[in-house]
Amino acid sequence: MKSSHSPIGDATEFVPGQRVLPGEKVDFGRPMLRAFGFRIDLRVVVTSAIVAVLALGCGFLGLLLGEFSLTPGEVFQGLFGQADKRIVNTVVGEWRAPRIIAGIVLGAGLGISGAVFQSLTRNPLGSPDIIGFSTGAYTGGIVTIIVFGSSFVSTAFGAIIGGLLTAIVVYLLTWKGGVQGFRLIIVGIALTAMLNAFNTWLIMRADLDLAMAAATWGAGTLNGMGWSTLLPAAIGTVLLGLGCGLFSRGLGTLELGDDTAKALGVRNEPLRAGLILVAVALVAVVTAAAGPIAFVALAAPQIGRRIAKSQGTSLLSAAAVGALLLVAADLIAQHALGETQLPVGVVTVCIGGIYLIWLLIQEARKAQ
Amino acid sequence: MSISSDMTDHADTTGKSGTTGNVGKAGATDTATSTATPLAAQNLDLAYDHRQVITDLNVEIAPGKFTVIVGPNACGKSTLLRALARLMTPAKGTVLLDGGNIAKLKTKQIAKRLGLLPQTSIAPDGITVAELVARGRHPHQSFLKQWTDQDETAVLSALRATNTEDLSGRQVDELSGGQRQRVWVAMVLAQETPLMLLDEPTTFLDLAFQIDLLDLFAQLNHEHGHTFVAVLHDLNQACRYADEIIAMKDGAIVAQGPPAQIITSELVDRVFGIDCTIIDDPVTGAPMIVPGRPKKTFADR
Repeated sequence: MKSSHSPIGDATEFVPGQRVLPGEKVDFGRPMLRAFGFRIDLRVVVTSAIVAVLALGCGFLGLLLGEFSLTPGEVFQGLFGQADKRIVNTVVGEWRAPRIIAGIVLGAGLGISGAVFQSLTRNPLGSPDIIGFSTGAYTGGIVTIIVFGSSFVSTAFGAIIGGLLTAIVVYLLTWKGGVQGFRLIIVGIALTAMLNAFNTWLIMRADLDLAMAAATWGAGTLNGMGWSTLLPAAIGTVLLGLGCGLFSRGLGTLELGDDTAKALGVRNEPLRAGLILVAVALVAVVTAAAGPIAFVALAAPQIGRRIAKSQGTSLLSAAAVGALLLVAADLIAQHALGETQLPVGVVTVCIGGIYLIWLLIQEARKAQ
Repeated sequence: MSISSDMTDHADTTGKSGTTGNVGKAGATDTATSTATPLAAQNLDLAYDHRQVITDLNVEIAPGKFTVIVGPNACGKSTLLRALARLMTPAKGTVLLDGGNIAKLKTKQIAKRLGLLPQTSIAPDGITVAELVARGRHPHQSFLKQWTDQDETAVLSALRATNTEDLSGRQVDELSGGQRQRVWVAMVLAQETPLMLLDEPTTFLDLAFQIDLLDLFAQLNHEHGHTFVAVLHDLNQACRYADEIIAMKDGAIVAQGPPAQIITSELVDRVFGIDCTIIDDPVTGAPMIVPGRPKKTFADR
């Protein structure tokens, strides 16, 4: 006699009388690709791919446009260092390409870290730029610049430490036998305000050259992005982004509530701590390279999930939309005002501000 | 006539659109194959911060039975269930799952043996029924094995058992309360655990859904020998469906046993502080609690 206590045994007979014929598939209400032990939501993949192509399109436009205008043919030649005119190779390969790649990669990183924090806090306002982690990373960066001078690696470490310390402080101030999302956001907003004041004080005290460097960087900018900064930042962003991807299955289960997640075999607190660590490091690396760019992390996951109609959080859509937002905003920052180049952070604040107002109204309506 | 066979009859005659015709086909495998205690607590102290809720409690859950925990509000029944499901760490004492200390087992291993329907769960925005039920497969999956034929089969049979297959593509937040609760039950079924803990599964459901759900649990219990432990508020439903009742008051177990043996008017008075008469349920023969005459004037008090 078959043991009726075995949950593994014959799956088709686990639930009495509910026989499932071989080959029958669950209707998920949307096309699913099932292959190699994975189940992939096609709409998420297709929309992400389209957004990614748009981001690449914006990037290509960025390579074409500028004081030194080029033809598409010249851009392609310049990308591979094959142009007849030396200057074309320099303009495309040294000046414009790093900036475009930075926009795409760092934007994707911001999108992913925003998606992770919004999922953990279960609130669309819970992104690292709102709850202080970007600002904390910036503080860490300024302190490092003032004390050790500016090199990307030391600034990045300073930013990671600043971001993590901020995360720990926010976590501790929020802790009340567990961390509740909305409390975390309120505490984070308060801490952001304090850190901003501290940052201003730091810059005012520093000598002029350092202060100028810190202030430009502080607005969030891709101006003057070179390979020496981009390479380590891009490698760090890609690795940390993939790290978040490894955790994403647990993240999805955690969204069902702590009790349900634990009952389903998720180790809640270690998973949450691990995710916070990786996502804070991600936002800190981006901040170290380009300064605290606001609103990309806030808006990208939400736009992504609306386009993809995704189930819960989709890191892939968030990454694609983040890349598009940052690269497009940088295009506007560079070319909208003719000769004057704006820091990209100014553009994202303008666009993001409108979005934030809309979001706050939505949340307030929901609360009523 | 034994109570359990009565309940099988009841389940058969009630009949539900989704399961009619299938019920009873598998035949009653009421003969529990395992006689070891699947879940037990020893010398359990449970406390929130410093407020002690349960002191030195011992309990054994009978294998292959439908056990129902009853008791007044704040008697510690949900707290006990949380501790049995390792959602709460005991201040003292141990919870044993299949004889092993639950605190020392890996949470994923536990999740393959013990399922839980918590009082509150959160459905992420926009999630569809099938996707939510698929999350119940979490303990059986890994990073490189995220979706297999077993997952497909388990989700499909869970949807069919709870009569929610037609809803599978719909968004959970569009459903009615009763439908939503069935979807959560489907998620727990998809987990395929031989032991299931249910924390007030019928609260907020109308009577038809309550009976539907309890019938489903009874069927799973009778035909497949799954062990159930449920916290229920309705004492009459507890008597109808339970093989065994655990009555709790002030953090202690007052009585444990088959309803026909333990449910007396003295016990109901002791546990709930109400005056009542116990009669035989005209349909199942189980004890039925009829509370005393309503006190309609203040002079009656």
